[in-house]
Amino acid sequence: MTHSIVLAGPAAETTRLLVYWVLAIASVAAALGMVLSRRAVHCALLLAIVMLSLAVFYLMNGAPFLAFVQIIVYTGAVLMLFLFVLMIVGITAADSIIETIRGQRMWAALTGIAMLVLLSLVVGHAAIGPGAKNSAQFADGNVTALAHLIFTRYVYPFEITSALLITAAVGAMVLAHRERLRPKPTQRELAAARIASGHPTPLPGPGTYAQHNSVDMPALLPDGSQSELSVSEVLSVGSGRAERPALGGLQPGGEPSGRPPAVTPGPGHGSGPEAGEH
Amino acid sequence: MVSPAHFIALSVILFVIGAVGVLVRRNAIVVFMCVELMLNAANLAFVAFARMHNALDGQVIAFFVMVVAAAEVVVGLAILTAIFRARRSASVDDANLMKY
Amino acid sequence: MTGSADSSLAHSAVAIATLHATGLQDAAWLLIALPLLGAAILLLGGKRTNSWGHLLGVAMPLLAFVYGVAAYAQMLGYPAAQRSRELTIYQFIDVGRFQVPMGLRLDQLSICFVLLITGVGSLIHIFAVGYMSHDPERRRFFGYMNLFLAAMLLLVLANNYLGLYVGWEGVGLASYLLIGFWQYKPAAAVAAKKAFIANRVGDAGLSLAIMLMFFQFGSVTFTGVFGTVGKASHGVVLAIGLLLLLGACGKSAQVPLQSWLLDAMEGPTPVSALIHAATMVTAGVYLIVRSAPIFDLSAGARLAVAIVGAVTLLFGAIIGCAKDDIKKALAGSTMSQIGYMMLAAGLGPAGYVFAIAHLLAHGFFKAGLFLGAGSVKHEMDDEVDMRRFGGLWRVMPITWVTFSIGYLAIIGVPPFSGFYTKDPIIDAAFAKGGTSGALLGTAALIGAGITAFYMTRVMFMTFAGERRWDESVHPHEVPPVMTSPMIVLAIGSAGAGAFLILSNRLLNFLGPVTGVPPTSHGVWTPAGEGALALVAVGIAIAYLMYGRRDVPVTAPAGSPVTVAARKELYGNAINESLLMRPGQWLTRLSVYFDNRGIDGIVNTVAATFGGSSGRLRRVQTGFVRSYALSMLVGAVLLVGALLLVRL
Repeated sequence: MTHSIVLAGPAAETTRLLVYWVLAIASVAAALGMVLSRRAVHCALLLAIVMLSLAVFYLMNGAPFLAFVQIIVYTGAVLMLFLFVLMIVGITAADSIIETIRGQRMWAALTGIAMLVLLSLVVGHAAIGPGAKNSAQFADGNVTALAHLIFTRYVYPFEITSALLITAAVGAMVLAHRERLRPKPTQRELAAARIASGHPTPLPGPGTYAQHNSVDMPALLPDGSQSELSVSEVLSVGSGRAERPALGGLQPGGEPSGRPPAVTPGPGHGSGPEAGEH
Repeated sequence: MVSPAHFIALSVILFVIGAVGVLVRRNAIVVFMCVELMLNAANLAFVAFARMHNALDGQVIAFFVMVVAAAEVVVGLAILTAIFRARRSASVDDANLMKY
Repeated sequence: MTGSADSSLAHSAVAIATLHATGLQDAAWLLIALPLLGAAILLLGGKRTNSWGHLLGVAMPLLAFVYGVAAYAQMLGYPAAQRSRELTIYQFIDVGRFQVPMGLRLDQLSICFVLLITGVGSLIHIFAVGYMSHDPERRRFFGYMNLFLAAMLLLVLANNYLGLYVGWEGVGLASYLLIGFWQYKPAAAVAAKKAFIANRVGDAGLSLAIMLMFFQFGSVTFTGVFGTVGKASHGVVLAIGLLLLLGACGKSAQVPLQSWLLDAMEGPTPVSALIHAATMVTAGVYLIVRSAPIFDLSAGARLAVAIVGAVTLLFGAIIGCAKDDIKKALAGSTMSQIGYMMLAAGLGPAGYVFAIAHLLAHGFFKAGLFLGAGSVKHEMDDEVDMRRFGGLWRVMPITWVTFSIGYLAIIGVPPFSGFYTKDPIIDAAFAKGGTSGALLGTAALIGAGITAFYMTRVMFMTFAGERRWDESVHPHEVPPVMTSPMIVLAIGSAGAGAFLILSNRLLNFLGPVTGVPPTSHGVWTPAGEGALALVAVGIAIAYLMYGRRDVPVTAPAGSPVTVAARKELYGNAINESLLMRPGQWLTRLSVYFDNRGIDGIVNTVAATFGGSSGRLRRVQTGFVRSYALSMLVGAVLLVGALLLVRL
């Protein structure tokens, strides 16, 4: 596979230019958004956009193997790992806007601009030649050539890096390990505990309505009030009560509105017992 | 004509954005993500130079960078999880006991 | 031997080769070892030796005296040119060019001193047995006295200047220990310290002279130095002479280092008799006379010695006139008489023999006078103020007779010692010629008159007149252990002068070592008659003032001269203002500078570090993000630097 991805011809030039500019602007915007966004999950997704753009750039530069590794490993595995840890750690309070360290933002901005200027100067001074045309070096195809390099000239880094990977995996297991302080409770103990706790039955599930079906919809109790037990804590804390759509005359929190509801299609069938007061 | 210079310039911009992001964000995971951004920018530069020199060494290096970055993320997030379990806070500012 | 040019004063002493000691004289180290052994036993043995310590302390000097007489007898058996003998005990210093043997030289000069030191010393030791009989520390006293004898004998016997210096320092130490013997008396401790420090100034001069000798001549032995001194330049010889004079001034209490002698009377009276009258203070005269070959080559040094002697003899005499403390009056007298000896020594070969003659005679009569004063003090409950004495001749007749003989000897009444030894000095001074000779001679004459005055004053105030003492005091004659030495010394005082001077006995004996005077005078000279006249005048004035009139018990105000003399002619005041106060200011300034300046610098450096680190540590905020910021700033600077050098 030679530079088959690299299109030939003048039309290819314009395409390449177009692709470059679009993706460049997109990735810069995504990077800025990632730095400025307040919600962590948004940051992760914006980073994904950057990584995918970079994968396309790799393709444009005659590194197909690297491009796919970028998508599969970097975006697909590493970034998803980020998201998983975000879930564990909790998408709790958003980063507050107020900066606690005096002068940090100003200095960070100044230094960033200085870095930008200096690096641009460096790059501008450097003699960066044009890209290479087709050459015989890549006659065997990208993967084979890479393998050739890795297992001859770069075999030591390769071996050491593999040791590093093993160490990292073992280290992560050790760090994330939670030592069990008590013996694992048996099923009998769990059952006994459930009976003793006062609510032996499972928690109510979320409500299913005509227009809303998601997991964060609360179920209705017989008296028309919303059951807080039916929505996961994570969701209720994260989104805030005010955003929950009002369900007919019922306010969230279980207070009856005070007037009898109209017999219009409102709340659908609740999965719990019907409220007698309706 | 998209020359490697374009890619280098883009790499520089992404790198600087990532660096500033590390300094400004307080959530540890977001800081990590900015570090990943910096690494990616460096990878882009490697690949562009590989194109320029007409040699595959740059790509090999970029490959290794990816591997190391993956290992680093694994360990770093494991540490973060352990810290979070102990302190229930993911802010980098909360770990400030090593001060005067 | 005639001739007056400096160069022709070159000595026959240099030409005499010193032979090796043989026979009995070869054991001359016994002279030093015996008293040293006594001192060691008594001081190291401690209280166990208390019961017989004083007997050992007396036995050692007596044994040394016996040996000294035997060595003297052996020496008389040699012809005059072969009497200078040396022996080496061991090699003291053996470092490259610097070779100093620990050797002894037995020649005519040193044997004179040996006999004086051991003889008079033994008598004083016997006296001290009685004088210190009530003192519980008597054993320690004898230990120190023996130590003194050993050091003094080393001083006069050493055959090199360094050995002499060892003995010099040793007698200084013994003097310090003995002046401050009654340590519980603050005045005694202060006086001991003062004596030591004044001596130290002189010792600096002596050590510089020795260093200069080694530097110039490559040797410090007498034979080595005297052999090569002729080749040195005038300046060097003058310098050595003046430095030796400085050393002698310190040890012999001459002006300007005289202030310690009167304070040294705080020590027990035997100490005053032995050390500060007969022996230690004469060490300076010994040094000058021994260094005769050096002084003969420098007229300037000789003149300096003579001037110092003349000034001091008047100085001491004037002080002695106004002191009411009997011991201090006698101390002033000592200062004055040693001035006479220094004056004689400064006259060159014309005076060396007379200096030694006066020294030997002075040893007898001054020791006798001091022992008499000690007896009086012992009987009067340690009172020394003469205004509280009076009429003691009836109560202490033996003391009075021996004291009177000493008195007649010191003022120079014929046929007692002083007449024969003092008048040649006055003659030699006048014979020096020129203005200097006239001035020196006149000073000596006047000094003779003043000596007569103050000694007569002491006699009248102490022994004559009505009794002025308290009812509680019961003086009577002292026991025989104390009167016997005084009697022996009185005999010496009476006859020593005549024995030494008549028929030129000492002159012939010492001549080979010191040289002889170019012109010899008879016994009765015009200057001598003038001296006698002045003596008579002095006696008369003293009789009028103290013999005829009653002596007031409290001292009257007195004229300015009297007040000055009571304050020792402001010697202490001068020392304090010239030396002590500036020294104290200097130390205080140094301390201030050290505290503020040097400590200030050090503390400031420390405070700077402390303060700056206190500020700098605030950089460690603990926030990872600020650390990351500094890392980024560092990276920016690095890139900028690389850019600058166009990397």
